[in-house]
Amino acid sequence: MYKYDNYDQQMVDARVEEFRDQARRRLEGKLTEDQFKPLRLMNGLYLQLHAYMLRVAIPYGTLNGEQMTALANIADKYDRGYGHFTTRQNLQYNWIKLEDAADILADLAKVEMHAIQTSGNCIRNISSDHFAGAAQDELVDPRPYAELLRQWSSFHPEFTYLPRKFKICVIASEKDRAAMRLHDIGIQIVQQDGEIGARFFVGGGMGRTPMIAPMIRDFVPLDQLITYAEACLRVYNRYGRRDNKYKARIKILVHELGKDEYTRQVEEEFAHMLDQGVEPPREELERLKPFFADPTFEDGAKTVDRSDPDFALWVDRNTHRHKNDAYVSAVISLKPVAGIPGDATGDQMRVMANLAQQYSFDELRIMHTQNVVLPHVKIADLHALWTQLDAADLGAPNMDTIEDMIACPGLDYCALANARSIPLAQRISEKFDASGKTEKLGELKLKISGCINACGHHHAGHIGILGVDKKGVENYQLSLGGSEAEDVSLAKITGPGFTEDGVIEAVETVTDVYLAQKQGEERFLDTYRRIGMAPFKEALYD
Amino acid sequence: MKVLTGNDLKTGDVTWWTGTSWSRDVNDAADVGERGAEILAREEAARRVNVPYLIEAERTENGVRPAHIKDRVRAVGPTVRPDLTLNPQNPEALDWVI
Ligand code: HEM
Ligand code: SF4
Repeated sequence: MYKYDNYDQQMVDARVEEFRDQARRRLEGKLTEDQFKPLRLMNGLYLQLHAYMLRVAIPYGTLNGEQMTALANIADKYDRGYGHFTTRQNLQYNWIKLEDAADILADLAKVEMHAIQTSGNCIRNISSDHFAGAAQDELVDPRPYAELLRQWSSFHPEFTYLPRKFKICVIASEKDRAAMRLHDIGIQIVQQDGEIGARFFVGGGMGRTPMIAPMIRDFVPLDQLITYAEACLRVYNRYGRRDNKYKARIKILVHELGKDEYTRQVEEEFAHMLDQGVEPPREELERLKPFFADPTFEDGAKTVDRSDPDFALWVDRNTHRHKNDAYVSAVISLKPVAGIPGDATGDQMRVMANLAQQYSFDELRIMHTQNVVLPHVKIADLHALWTQLDAADLGAPNMDTIEDMIACPGLDYCALANARSIPLAQRISEKFDASGKTEKLGELKLKISGCINACGHHHAGHIGILGVDKKGVENYQLSLGGSEAEDVSLAKITGPGFTEDGVIEAVETVTDVYLAQKQGEERFLDTYRRIGMAPFKEALYD
Repeated sequence: MKVLTGNDLKTGDVTWWTGTSWSRDVNDAADVGERGAEILAREEAARRVNVPYLIEAERTENGVRPAHIKDRVRAVGPTVRPDLTLNPQNPEALDWVI
């Protein structure tokens, strides 16, 4: 894992003290809310329905046991004993007091963490594959590239006041486990003629105008990676729609200019920048790589004892193939039946931290599906691991099933929400678990957002649910056919919306259509793509 | 009735204007009539509340009921965590939100 050097630590420590002073001045009345709001947002501090909310960055979703323990301690000491892991691979606390915020940031800084650039119109936390450095199918570990981009984008003066927020994702496999093409810039590390380089996809996003990022360059040599990214941002910074918040994301610029014209402008800017010394020396990337070197893997058993069916099910569902065949990556589900997706208590965080130290070379990852990964677990240790997870209510065997749904905080916490998301998630999970249908449905990605901002990725759900406000009453739109993976697509709305009870029935109905029409090994998404919307619509509205 | 609400500057707690000060209980909320904007400006300047705003509400047999569901959620707490609401002994109170 990356370790801060003196510069990193100094920057973060200086920021804590700067914020402490700003918060003090706000509390003393020397700053108005209008003056203070941009300052607190630069440090991840929002005001939500019930209190302040603090969003902590977890760079490319990687953290160690000590950091997870620190997050647990903050939850217990300053919040109400829990935190919410998000689709941005971050953590949010819901009950923060302004008078405590600087102390929390100081506690985070002690373990090389912060909340910088987790809000505002800047380059946000870089996301990546949660199985990075472990997956059997990756070309290289994408994290050194993500770390290089993190360093470049942290406090980048030119990109501190962009037209709108900016999200970058880096992966290094053909399989996309990070919704790469739904980011402002998606980078896939690829190989061409034996050389490693970067493929750029620009202008994706969700929100009110979802777009899939088109590829604008199939190969950027590694010693031009940062320069190319900078060119992409510079064109956006110059021409992005600052006049209209709803049209200010780069996806609108790329869409309005057209991919070809946007690309032409980027290439022109890039050619102009190439000899200006923007690129960090290549040694910098080489310096970063050893931080992400493989731990010392040992030989061991390659199969598990399947005599306990509950354990066997969990192994089948919640483990992922590792590049060393004596290991797997294990997924810790934060989706217990009828639980709140992504929430973990301080005690659960400590359990996960300890298990990471015990079984996974002290590493954890946050998934965009709001679960946690132990990336390197010896197959021989799996049973012991599962036993302890189960005891902490962390052993749900449901990865990628309908019970593993994404749900944003919605109207229970979020000031922008139209409708609640979490109660839907709870009722659906309870219902499908009770009827035993989850198992039959196999891979089915259900994603719920409480408003059009799409924090819950509903556009990318095999089944998506969007909360809307219908004359002051919660109402839900259903959509089908989205995917955030390598077979990326945007979901289409089925038709008129539903009440809370109605949408739960509707989910049942569309899964029945699938089960009736399914051929062979088809997933829900495959069947939908083969038969189209009509049979689903018919069942829903006739 | 018109009611004034906001979040406490220091703690972020949801608060309601009672006519003389701020309370965490929506049932203490006073009708501010036409004086909303004036009180709002004064209280914000005095830093007793952060981003206050004026809402419509109704006085019912069971107390004050904000017109919009968002403010009813604010008044009690997250509906999915009865233990963290203002009235954890009485989870049925959450039905009031809908
Ligand atoms: C509760 C406080 C939150 C607020 C105020 C908030 C606000 C927003 C807004 C305004 C947008 C739309 C941006 C645009 O289209 O220009 C957005 C998008 C998004 N947010 Fe949130 N959000 C919150 C929580 C979350 C949470 C909890 C997650 C993860 C579960 C999340 C992840 C995302 C993602 C993935 C997108 C859409 C992707 C994109 O187009 O960038 N946000 N959020
Ligand atoms: S999608 Fe809407 S309701 Fe959900 S967290 Fe984002 S802004 Fe809030």
